[in-house]
Amino acid sequence: MSIAARQGEGRVGIRTGFNLLVIVASAIAALVAPFVIYPVFLMNVLCFALFASAFNLLIGFVGLLSFGHAAFFGAAAYVTAHAAKVWGLPTELAILVGALAAAALGLVVGFLAIRRQGIYFSMITLALAQMFYFICLEVPFTHGEDGIQGVPRGTLLGLINLDNNLALYFVVLAIVAAGHFAIWRIVRSPFGNILKAIRDNEPRAISLGYNADSYKLRAFVLSAGLAGLAGGTNAIVFQLATLTGVQWQSSGEVILMTLLGGIGTLTGPPIGAAITVGLQTYLAALDFPVTVLIGLIFVVCVLLFRRGVAGEILAYIRKRG
Amino acid sequence: MPIDRALLEIEDLNAWYGESHVLHGISFDVREGETLSLIGRNGAGKTTTLRAILGIVRNRTGVIRFRGEDLTVIPLHAIARRGLGYVPEERGIFASLTVAENLVLPPVVKDGGMSEEEIYELFPNLAERRSSQGTKLSGGEQQMLAIARILRTGANVILLDEPTEGLAPVIVERIGEVLQLLKARGMTIILVEQNFHFARKLADRYVVVEHGSAIDYFGASELDAKMAGLAEQLGV
Amino acid sequence: MFCIPYVKCLPFVALYGQLLLGLINGSFYALLSLGLAVIFGMLRVINFAHGALYMLGAFVSWWLSVALGIPYWGALIVAPLAVGLVAVVIEKTMLHQMYRLDPLYGLLLTFGITQVIEGTFRYFYGASGQPYPPPPALSGPLNLGFMILPIYRGWVVVISILACLGTWLLIERTRIGAYLRAATENPVLVQTFGINVPLMMTLTYAFGAALAGFAGVLAAPIYQVSPLMGTNLIIIVFAVVVAGGMGSILGAIVTGYILGLLEGLTKVFYPEASNIVIFVVMAIVLLLRPAGLFGRAA
Repeated sequence: MSIAARQGEGRVGIRTGFNLLVIVASAIAALVAPFVIYPVFLMNVLCFALFASAFNLLIGFVGLLSFGHAAFFGAAAYVTAHAAKVWGLPTELAILVGALAAAALGLVVGFLAIRRQGIYFSMITLALAQMFYFICLEVPFTHGEDGIQGVPRGTLLGLINLDNNLALYFVVLAIVAAGHFAIWRIVRSPFGNILKAIRDNEPRAISLGYNADSYKLRAFVLSAGLAGLAGGTNAIVFQLATLTGVQWQSSGEVILMTLLGGIGTLTGPPIGAAITVGLQTYLAALDFPVTVLIGLIFVVCVLLFRRGVAGEILAYIRKRG
Repeated sequence: MPIDRALLEIEDLNAWYGESHVLHGISFDVREGETLSLIGRNGAGKTTTLRAILGIVRNRTGVIRFRGEDLTVIPLHAIARRGLGYVPEERGIFASLTVAENLVLPPVVKDGGMSEEEIYELFPNLAERRSSQGTKLSGGEQQMLAIARILRTGANVILLDEPTEGLAPVIVERIGEVLQLLKARGMTIILVEQNFHFARKLADRYVVVEHGSAIDYFGASELDAKMAGLAEQLGV
Repeated sequence: MFCIPYVKCLPFVALYGQLLLGLINGSFYALLSLGLAVIFGMLRVINFAHGALYMLGAFVSWWLSVALGIPYWGALIVAPLAVGLVAVVIEKTMLHQMYRLDPLYGLLLTFGITQVIEGTFRYFYGASGQPYPPPPALSGPLNLGFMILPIYRGWVVVISILACLGTWLLIERTRIGAYLRAATENPVLVQTFGINVPLMMTLTYAFGAALAGFAGVLAAPIYQVSPLMGTNLIIIVFAVVVAGGMGSILGAIVTGYILGLLEGLTKVFYPEASNIVIFVVMAIVLLLRPAGLFGRAA
């Protein structure tokens, strides 16, 4: 059984209905939320929602489990921070440069990793991401343990001052929404259908004349670039880029978000991201080891709850409908 | 227990591979010491019947009773311990084991099995090649090895799936001799075989399988009378 | 002096010292990748918890010494058994449910278990290490003439080579090993012969884990006993396993030692790259021979 057990794909009507409901509800919530909840927390949730959705593009729709996605998130954070602080690029351009850098890194990592399949792919991405971590530790521009601090938030197109949390919030919301729209379009496009065909039966897709490796690599680069978009945005929000972003633990977290929300569903990863970030923020105040809890959720999800929140809801609706 | 009670009783056996329903209530008996041949077209369910008896196909309903014991409820690895030996169609010789290792792989489950020396005497080819890789043997030798390794275990019921498939006539003849020997030793044999000429030298009784159920049963003496009808039914 | 033209010259003593360190790291890579390969062959699960089990082995030795006064020699036997027992519990309660699923779930489950184990130890012991002295009989230096060899380090190299060879012999030359090889090829058929394959899977996992625990005991006097000692190691071992290919037991062992030595050499000539050299080798192997140095092409 493939890890992405085609769970998002119920009858189209049900799925569209559920997705529409979630989209409308989250749009309303997203507009109201910053007036109720601390905007920086919300922006963090949004960035991780995009990160998880970008990761899910790969595992959910191509069946590839990347265990090194933190490298792309973290790399973009460094590049965006450096571009904004040292090169003085405008904010929107700095984020774009970060995302492009992540996509370029994705091209290198993906080129190597797709040479093996299944479990090996996961180990290779993990190893290459760890290598990238050690590089970040050594090269001067990341400033080692300190990271790049005091990154200016700048302005939007030179007009709106982004030091205002509320203003920045809506910019982040727009970026994240655009990222999700892109993912939705990719998944629904002919290109996305070929990806799903490769996921479900790679030899058959190859025998139909598709160059599976080339499709996988393109999906990998897109996923890395979108993860980078999230990472770059996150660096602007917190005005900071550190080694935490490129650590393997971060790769583990994004897997957890996706697993918890529902691998292969479009709505699951943001839900998983919200729960995970919420828990982390809440637990940070308590004296409870966060890694233990993350590990426990992992174990419970894998043993009992492989469809995740969105997957369970979809399955429930399908059974009743 | 009545004296004429069958050794192995199959009643209303149904089996599934995933979604597809392969056996539709097949029933037959096997008596101690006889050779029973399951015949039928490709895809009729003969192999699945063997695999269901052994528990390889777990998704099954109905009765499989061996010496009065229900086999459907005991774990896969415990079934061989009752004295059932399996020679699969694909032979199942292990590439990462030598011939000698392949031979002694199945554990001894009952007294009265042949010793390694006796087996090598019976199959001199295997003795010569005992240290080569199992899958380096020819098809015929692999088939011999697949039978030989069951003889060592003391199993007294042997389930053979297409033992002559794809083999040269001289080797088929050799396998026939070996099976005659086993018969003479009192072994119970369940034989799935497409090769009629081969089966008729060995079988005491026949079960005709079609669409996953038994459509006819007859003894060896009735074979000639049935031949014409069978040829049409089986397309041989 | 030993020179590589245009790069660096340094005294032979320093070179030997680094090569010894490389050999020691290589010993741990070999023991761990060997266990991973044995487990993967039988269970089709990549055991992410391997590093945590290695750490557990070191901690059990430390506890035995601190709480019960049991010396190193006792720990060398008790700790692997204890780690094996933990593995039996993991396999029986959780891991066995993964066999019928995509192998990626096994990786995710063992990743979660790793987080729980390491997080718990970190909570109670912090990130710093506990000292664990080598046994008196193995303390002190040995003058080999061309270099001074700390006896304990020499012992680690010798005993781990013996453990690797012993495992190889067990798998390639014994009846139990034949069961294991056969079950790796075709578990169902082996089971129809009357062999309890589910039990073998439990024991295989326990054996691989015990090897990791054994490596942990060996490591305790060299590195400090710390909750995170297995964390980065497991990722390096993954790279070793990818570079070597998991098809061959001997391949896993040899690749472990070679990459350990290569890492030692890098520390001498280009220390900045010593952290990444194994990953670089993995990348090069992927480019030239994707199935791995000793792997069969899939």
